[in-house]
Amino acid sequence: MARAFTPKVLTANALLEGDVVYLDAQGHWTRDHLKATLIEDEATADIRLLEAQAQGHEIVGAYLADAKAGPDGPEPIHFREAFRTRGPSNYAHGKQAAGPDEELQL
Amino acid sequence: MYAYSDFDRDFLAERNAQFRAQVERRIDGSLTEDEFKPLRLMNGLYLQLHAYMLRVAIPYGTLNAGQMRQLAMIADRWDKGYGHFTTRQNIQYNWPELRDVPDMLDALGEVGMHAIQTSGNTIRNVTADHFAGAAAEEVADPRPIAELIRQWSTDHPEFQFLGRKFKIAVTGSDQDRAVTAAHDIGLRLVERDGQLGATVLVGGGLGRTPMIGKTLNEFVGLDDLFPYLEAIVAVYNLLGRRDNKYKARIKITVHENGIEEIRRRVDAEFPARKAAFNGADMALLEEIEADFAAPAFEEGQGAFPTHYQHDPVFRSFVDTNTSAHRHPDYAILTVSTKAHGATPGDATSDQMRVLADIAAQYAHDELRISHEQNVILPHLPKRHLPAVHAALAEAGLATANVGLISDIIACPGMDYCALATARSIPVAQEIAQRFEALKLEHEVGPLKIKISGCINACGHHHVGHIGILGLDRAGVENYQITLGGDGGPDAVIGERAGPGLAYDEVTDAIERLVRAYLDIRQDASETFLETYRRLGSAPFKAALYPEEKANAA
Ligand code: HEM
Ligand code: SF4
Repeated sequence: MARAFTPKVLTANALLEGDVVYLDAQGHWTRDHLKATLIEDEATADIRLLEAQAQGHEIVGAYLADAKAGPDGPEPIHFREAFRTRGPSNYAHGKQAAGPDEELQL
Repeated sequence: MYAYSDFDRDFLAERNAQFRAQVERRIDGSLTEDEFKPLRLMNGLYLQLHAYMLRVAIPYGTLNAGQMRQLAMIADRWDKGYGHFTTRQNIQYNWPELRDVPDMLDALGEVGMHAIQTSGNTIRNVTADHFAGAAAEEVADPRPIAELIRQWSTDHPEFQFLGRKFKIAVTGSDQDRAVTAAHDIGLRLVERDGQLGATVLVGGGLGRTPMIGKTLNEFVGLDDLFPYLEAIVAVYNLLGRRDNKYKARIKITVHENGIEEIRRRVDAEFPARKAAFNGADMALLEEIEADFAAPAFEEGQGAFPTHYQHDPVFRSFVDTNTSAHRHPDYAILTVSTKAHGATPGDATSDQMRVLADIAAQYAHDELRISHEQNVILPHLPKRHLPAVHAALAEAGLATANVGLISDIIACPGMDYCALATARSIPVAQEIAQRFEALKLEHEVGPLKIKISGCINACGHHHVGHIGILGLDRAGVENYQITLGGDGGPDAVIGERAGPGLAYDEVTDAIERLVRAYLDIRQDASETFLETYRRLGSAPFKAALYPEEKANAA
């Protein structure tokens, strides 16, 4: 039997700021992991990744990251992805400084 | 110090204009990331975890006050008001935006600085002993040679597409503060029969296959040094493997072919190279040497001895953070960027300006960045030490911990680096705070802890007396401890102590290790490393893994 597919979010860095972004359900890029769209099957994940790779004028280095459903939206699984939702641990810089709700202007 | 010529200036201006156009073409969509990435890397621009990062070269770690002020200005204007000094004598800005980078490079160019060859498979920023030109025991100042290496290697047409990155370090002292044995080529200047030359090491490197450099030639006279270097890089360029990135560094070439074979090929290549140079290198070197002439030293110690005698805080600062200068009325002062709990290597723009002002006012306008991520005033008259100490204290820069357990090297790790497998900065912060709370570090004495956030070993963990390597074990941060490493003249790669530790176990484990050392050292003069060498790893492993000892009993 095929291995169960771990749900994914599609993530990348914004071309201009370098900030971490996620694909949302409308096909836009959001800075907030909770607003990302959780992709539940492998075929959709592959298509979304290919589409993202064609959007090189907005984002850099798109990839799929494991995620799980949470009460307020998708949550990261791996600690690296958890850090990417916040910023560095030595200063309150990055997302943790900006607040989660600010929409990114690409 | 070396002043950029018009040639250098024009070259930089042209390179920056090219890169500005490339950035515009990336933003308007005419360049894809695949096309742009090698171009940005050639100009020191990386994409990290949360943002871009710009890596600026500080050749052989030498800066003047004007350059340091410009670094501070750049930090304020285009970054978040600080910079990170690295083990490669670079400064990294962690938050630039793509559009601003050409302006940052222009601002650097105004003070003769740049980010060229801080990345890519080229000869990288050449590093040198940070006490160069000042240390009491030095044979010769390594910086003129380092500068000539910079000129020779920058845009060298034969060496722009090497099999892998290539790092050269130079020391003029037998103390080897430049970790030459961990570089692709390490040069140690020595004198033989009144003639200056170098012992040439090749094939050192850290990363996933750490190796100590091997002696290729005990003595190469100065006249032959540049053709000899070129012969080595030429041999590597053809012989080095290009099929596998992990086997591409010259350390693997040396390992697979043997040092004798490399020597044979270098010797065969040398005569043609020597003929082509035809002495031009030595003529240039002579000009460069004039730029590195020592400042006119001033006599006298003023109120220094009195302060030293009566002020214990000042005395501890001087004892811990200064080293012997070639002039008896001078000191080499190492300013620690590692106040307990601070991020190793970080300096705020205000701190940079304080350091620049001190250098300009008191210390012959010179600053250095060390591979240990500290800032050095290489020529500080002792009579100014009390005033300098006071100014540093006000800026939070008077921590007396150089060479002690809290003077930790840490790479950016998973707080910034896209390649990281675990964090390193908070591990360093917690260890430093623990030993500060215990008030133990002066009793412990010289002890170097070095931390890397992945196997690439940017934090030099292999040559730490205690090395810490952060890994990802099944989705959890896990830290491997190595013991007995040494980055000095008789460099040694540390030995793995045993199974990895969880993130929240590391500080306790280090404390156990250090307490074990205090129990078993012969007396206070025997350092951690000496005790380790005398007794071997067993007592230290027992302290690290007490449960196993209990199980075995
Ligand atoms: C974005 C950040 C960085 C990236 C992508 C990066 C990448 C790498 C890689 C891939 C290696 C392994 C090379 C090999 O074994 O062939 C390496 C080694 C090294 N890097 Fe970095 N590094 C980064 C930051 C730093 C920093 C901050 C420092 C200084 C603190 C540094 C200094 C070094 C040193 C000293 C080595 C080991 C010496 C050697 O080349 O064998 N790097 N780096
Ligand atoms: S050792 Fe690894 S984590 Fe640390 S800076 Fe180098 S590549 Fe990044």
